Amino acid sequence: MASYSTNEFRGGLKVLLDGDPCIMLENEFVKPGKGQAFNRVKLRNLMTNRVWERTFKSGESLEAADVVELDMEYLYSDGEFWHFMKTDGSFEQYAADEKAVGDTVKWLKEQDVYTITLYNDDPLSVTPPNFVELEVVDTDPGMKGDTAQGGSKPATLSTGAVVNVPLFISIGEVLKVDTRTGEYVGRVKTS
Amino acid sequence: MTDATVWQPAASLAALKSRAELLAYVRGFFARRRVMEVETPVLGRFGVTDLNLDGIRADVAACGVRGGWLQTSPEYHMKRLLAAGAGPIFQIARVFRDGESGPRHNPEFSLLEWYRPGMDDRELMAEVGDLVCGWLECPQPEVLTYRGALMRHAGFDPMAITDAELRQYCQRWLEPGQLDDLGRDACLDLVMSFAVEPALGQNAPVFVTRYPASQAALARTSRDDGYAVAHRFELYSQGLELCNGYWELTDAEEQRARFEADNRARGAAGKPEMAIDETLVAAMESGLPDCAGVALGLDRLQMLKVGARSIDEVLAFPFGRA
Repeated sequence: MASYSTNEFRGGLKVLLDGDPCIMLENEFVKPGKGQAFNRVKLRNLMTNRVWERTFKSGESLEAADVVELDMEYLYSDGEFWHFMKTDGSFEQYAADEKAVGDTVKWLKEQDVYTITLYNDDPLSVTPPNFVELEVVDTDPGMKGDTAQGGSKPATLSTGAVVNVPLFISIGEVLKVDTRTGEYVGRVKTS
Repeated sequence: MTDATVWQPAASLAALKSRAELLAYVRGFFARRRVMEVETPVLGRFGVTDLNLDGIRADVAACGVRGGWLQTSPEYHMKRLLAAGAGPIFQIARVFRDGESGPRHNPEFSLLEWYRPGMDDRELMAEVGDLVCGWLECPQPEVLTYRGALMRHAGFDPMAITDAELRQYCQRWLEPGQLDDLGRDACLDLVMSFAVEPALGQNAPVFVTRYPASQAALARTSRDDGYAVAHRFELYSQGLELCNGYWELTDAEEQRARFEADNRARGAAGKPEMAIDETLVAAMESGLPDCAGVALGLDRLQMLKVGARSIDEVLAFPFGRA
């Protein structure tokens, strides 16, 4: 496997540190004019999501981690694994476990496309698109004509996610939701 | 590294205008003090032996010379002018250092370097203070010894601490395995960079003086409180290293011995030996006048002037866009 020397360090680099795959967040080159150079690096451990701060001497190197991000279509869950398929026409499938799916489980809709992070060809994490469109399966009855007043109520979506929505939303409507904040964005016109 | 197709400058036009004003200010400052502006080569036949400076090799096919080096500083050429009797001289020079890139470093940068025959380190420090504080409109610098700076900000005496204690201290940044081949001065550099520098010059700029003799570079040394110290100074403002100055070594024999020691250190660190610049040694043998000299990073001075967080904000085209 390739390795990266300190002068190749930059944000976004995927490296192995203490045996775990990490993504480099920040890299600062520090050097007194006449003295030894160091790199101070912030990394997120992709296994634990913890942020590490480490210092390296100029010239040290880190092994590259075999981490790639791929778009894949969500197929189904068998209760233990969530199955995804590559969108490159290869029909190649990957099974992500509960740890890899994590909180994204509440945004998973069949046939939608997600970003799968693979480590050594195994799903490490599943990232939803910033916006998803999901149907309301349960909420208090809609109150028509109350669009201007504000106020909100919880609504359960087809994936099980619960979001706060305006009072006029009713069951069967399709909503656009921001997965980063879990907030309602708007209604999607359905034909 | 920015997108390879970005054509626009990194610095704002206001920052470039301020830079132009700085150049005029510097030239006015030295004209009033009757210091002559000189220009020396950017491309030379010799590089430097410094352990921690990596020159950039240039392919040259002229005058029977094979390789050349982009200069890491105009020091050697300027000292040859001093030996030739030039008197007080200054230069605004472009210099090149490989592998140096980050928020405070660009592999090509501008050094303001000047030499004052007849002055010692204290007198030159006063002049540096006038130049910097006149430009930044800040109070005159405070003065702290290297020993005092480490005692205050790192909590130990750098002259007295044992190698083992120093390594122990450095474990807050480096794993024991990383420390194995790190020498005493490199450990002190680590402490200086991470514990001391960020605290320096937060109010007024601060001169750090009297470096350990092992970090003398081209400064003369003497005894201070029983310890060998270098007549070397650096200026820090808001945690940013601005300049490095010496009461210059003039002894050619001592100079050659230091070059040879540098090359031994390079060999031990697995770096290639560098040819000693015999033209400098010869000039010193002929007689370098007693003088003090200093190199000041103009880009960093501009970072302070315009409040930049990154050197890219004061460079028209940093290397990523050049």
